Amino acid sequence: MVSGSINRGEKLSTVKLTVVQYGVLLMMLALAAGLWRLQVLNVESYRALAEQNRIRKEPILAPRGKLFDRENRLVVDNYPSVTCFLVREQSKSVDADLPLIAKGLDLDLDQLRATLHRYRTEPGYQPIPIKEDVTADEQAFIAAHRNELPELETIDEERRLYPRDSFAAQLIGYVGEVSEEDLNNPRFAYYEPGDVVGKAGVEETYDELLRGQDGSREVVVDSRGREVGYFGIQHAVPGQDLKLTIDNDLQRAAELAMGDRNGAIVAMDPRNGEILALVSRPSFDPNEFAVKIGRSDWNKLVTDPDRPLMDKAIQAQLAPGSTFKILMSVAGLQEGIAQNMHIVCNGGWGPYGYYHHCDEKHGAVDIYNAIPYSCDTFFYMLGDKLGIDRIAKYATAFGYGQKTGIDLPGEQAGLMPSPDWLIKNFHHRWYPDETLDVAIGQGAVEATPMQLARIIGGIASGGHMVRPHVVFPDQLPKDFYKSLLDSFPGSGDAYVPIDPANWDIITNGMAEVTQPGMFHTAGSAHLEGIDFAGKTGTAQQMSHEALEKSGKGKGTYPNVWFVGITPRRNPELVVAVLWQNGEFSYYPARLAARVVEAYVDKKRREAHNLPPAKAAAPVEVGAVWSAPGPQTGANKTTAQRIEGGRFFVDSHGIVAENGPSAKPAPKHEAKRAASPAAASRGTSSQVAAMSPMRRKDP
Amino acid sequence: MRRILSFRDFDWALLGLLLLLCTLSVLEVHSATLHTRFSSFGTRQIFWIAAGIAAMFVFSRIDYHRVLDWAPWAYGFGLLALAAVLSPLGHKALGGRRWIKLGPMLVQPSEFVKLVLILAVARYFANLGGRSVTWKEIFKAFALVGIPMLMVLKQPDLGTTLTYMPILIAGLFLGGINLRQSLILLTVGAVLVGGIWSSGRFLKSYQKARLTAFVNPENDPRGSGYQVLQSEIAVGSGGIWGKGLENGSQTQGYFLPIPYTDFIFAAFSEEHGFVGAISVLLLYFLILMRLIQNAQTAADLSGSLIIMGIVAVLTFQIAVNVGMVIGLMPVTGIPLPLMSYGGSSVLFTFLALGVAMNVRMRRFVN
Repeated sequence: MVSGSINRGEKLSTVKLTVVQYGVLLMMLALAAGLWRLQVLNVESYRALAEQNRIRKEPILAPRGKLFDRENRLVVDNYPSVTCFLVREQSKSVDADLPLIAKGLDLDLDQLRATLHRYRTEPGYQPIPIKEDVTADEQAFIAAHRNELPELETIDEERRLYPRDSFAAQLIGYVGEVSEEDLNNPRFAYYEPGDVVGKAGVEETYDELLRGQDGSREVVVDSRGREVGYFGIQHAVPGQDLKLTIDNDLQRAAELAMGDRNGAIVAMDPRNGEILALVSRPSFDPNEFAVKIGRSDWNKLVTDPDRPLMDKAIQAQLAPGSTFKILMSVAGLQEGIAQNMHIVCNGGWGPYGYYHHCDEKHGAVDIYNAIPYSCDTFFYMLGDKLGIDRIAKYATAFGYGQKTGIDLPGEQAGLMPSPDWLIKNFHHRWYPDETLDVAIGQGAVEATPMQLARIIGGIASGGHMVRPHVVFPDQLPKDFYKSLLDSFPGSGDAYVPIDPANWDIITNGMAEVTQPGMFHTAGSAHLEGIDFAGKTGTAQQMSHEALEKSGKGKGTYPNVWFVGITPRRNPELVVAVLWQNGEFSYYPARLAARVVEAYVDKKRREAHNLPPAKAAAPVEVGAVWSAPGPQTGANKTTAQRIEGGRFFVDSHGIVAENGPSAKPAPKHEAKRAASPAAASRGTSSQVAAMSPMRRKDP
Repeated sequence: MRRILSFRDFDWALLGLLLLLCTLSVLEVHSATLHTRFSSFGTRQIFWIAAGIAAMFVFSRIDYHRVLDWAPWAYGFGLLALAAVLSPLGHKALGGRRWIKLGPMLVQPSEFVKLVLILAVARYFANLGGRSVTWKEIFKAFALVGIPMLMVLKQPDLGTTLTYMPILIAGLFLGGINLRQSLILLTVGAVLVGGIWSSGRFLKSYQKARLTAFVNPENDPRGSGYQVLQSEIAVGSGGIWGKGLENGSQTQGYFLPIPYTDFIFAAFSEEHGFVGAISVLLLYFLILMRLIQNAQTAADLSGSLIIMGIVAVLTFQIAVNVGMVIGLMPVTGIPLPLMSYGGSSVLFTFLALGVAMNVRMRRFVN
């Protein structure tokens, strides 16, 4: 069975095959000659090369860009740090060396063994990090044991140094080692395992600019691991420094005002969207992330019910309460309805069978006092006249239910309900009664502090709204800025015209809110000599009936809001305050007042070329008073009821006191009282300031 | 006419030489992967060799004329496989799209296309009958080899592409090209190579860099030159007797790039010195001479052409790989036959040798 197509009988010419044979022989001889040249003639020089040929690539880590505030004051810095690695292939006796290493580097031997065990499947040349932030003594130990412990290597790097007391922690964010998850994310395509990346806040958004580019050095070490020089060097390109829009002074004021309350403060320049201060509480210490954060610390942060890692300024979506009435007033006036409403508030309204309460019986109310009174009855009726469609139209135009587009990761959009939304999500028709809840910022309406700052700041600016941002855009590369805008979509810059007459009515109403007066909701936040306007908001978390049942614990207190502006028209500053479970809405108004006061004070001092204010030292005050109680006490004479004491008073009120006693206060007691006063020029003093004169009960 | 093929006619001497070479391969693969995560490669190489020898025995039983009848089909199938590699079916690794995933295994079709081309070229020139060829027939031969070459170049796999060239050259040389034709072809070839090199459209810049780095590796010690430099240091520092198995500082210290595949000869030369390296070259020389002898005794032209095609590929691969390792040739990523670790390469070599065995066993048959 042979194929017919194959020609047979022919043979290859022997001459040609012989030519091939000689060709192969020639080639073999050439290769042998090459081997001879290398292995016999030049063996000594190649041996020498092999001996010192220990070129290892060592990364040079790029320092991360620093962060500055708007006045070029340093906010986030780097500090040099040394990490110690163990390279198994460089020693034959790693296991025997471990006790010495553990002793010299102050490590737990079992933990060190466990670390090595984790890397047992990695190749031997893979450096294993065994200690971060190596001290000078430990570095000396490593240097002194070069010969005995050739497996130890150190690497210099720059670590992040964040401000103390979690100053602006949520805005700045933190850095950490890139996670496996992140590496699979296309956004992190250029990252390699072990890289340090921004994980939140500005550190995350601007990571591409801040991180710079790592370089490398080809180090030549001899066969015993000693560095004898280097081969090539590729310098690291440091990350770009960034100037933040925040003002350290105002941020400080906002941090102090917020104290340890649960909530957030946003201060923004509504003319350009620059965020001057951003506070979220509770907070965390980003420095804990700069060195690898311990598992228990991490668990504590992620399981805390108050969510310290959350940036409440952009992520807390809560019912805006009465702050929504500003938007209602715009809609009502622009539609020509609110001007002509003159109603009588009898404590509520219930046209659809369910009675909606007002906080007070305000009596005669029109648009001019509806805002300072925050009269629910007026806005129930206005909402009813406008109807949900028109309310939703205005709310959406001004940016409710949409992200603002701020350059911080994780912003939430809030929610603006509408009949379409209700059908889509809950499959039922919109009842007119539901409009009444929406009209006072309850029901399904949700907003973030950032949204409220942009919207109310925009309304006070005659309808010119801006995209909030925390980094000045002019320092960014053009294409980066473009892709930044694309990756943070939102309502951004927008202009919704407001009739000047209506604008006057609304802003004047907001100015009345902080004036002392009957029914004025934030009269106690009044600032003398400052055009400080605003709107309060109280958002109940449960119905009055449920509240009765649950027994009114602190967790059931309503979330309270205040959005303040200064001056009332075309404001330079808008401050949105959220205080979760804060109970009364004039509380956040006072916090906002403190930020506004700090801002105006700074501007005036600058205008008059005065030095910045120093925090006043607390003043010790002595006082005598008679104890309250029945005047006709059985065996108490007036003299017996006289009490005396000493107080330490700083600019925000009493910060400490020593107890009233019949005896003069002993010296050590005075000392004890003085020390917290000195220490608490910061946060704790504000607690005292919030409550009225604190006095010891008899 | 026919008689039962007997294993007495099997080329036991050749098999002995091959087994000797394979033993050295397994030892060196084991040594070069000792402290890496590839430490199982030595054992796996034994399995590949065992599979290869089994395949060689099977193919030695098949009449090579019948194999030649399959050649057109195999050729078409080979083109399809190469197209599949370029399609999304192909598996991408190490900067090239060279594999197809078949279950748990990665198959490199370009290795098997090598064998297909040897058969196709042998068949083509055998049909011409050994007379002097016309220009038209030369062009046809060029097209036969050129199409798969372009497809492999596209992967991109410059090394394997170049391996197809000796098949064509051997076919032309042995198949009846005359002196005048070869001179003209050489001139045209030189102009073409010059043109391709300077146009920059066919060769990627990293390929060019690799091709030139061997001349002056010191100029680029971080990139392509690094490999050449490290390889030369490995070979040179081995000296006459070598540093001993598992003792090469270049091999064991991760300075030598991929010491178990492309640079296995450098690892071997470092650990076994000049004596060891020359012994391997001698083994190759004996194997090639034995194959050429078998080509001479083959019953017909087609048998001779098959064996000479195999000789051409093996010679080329040895020359380029060893030349690369000692700094005489550019870095092209061509494995050393039967020494480098790799299933496709081992299987291809043994399959081809199986066909060659059959040619020898049938030398008295017709």
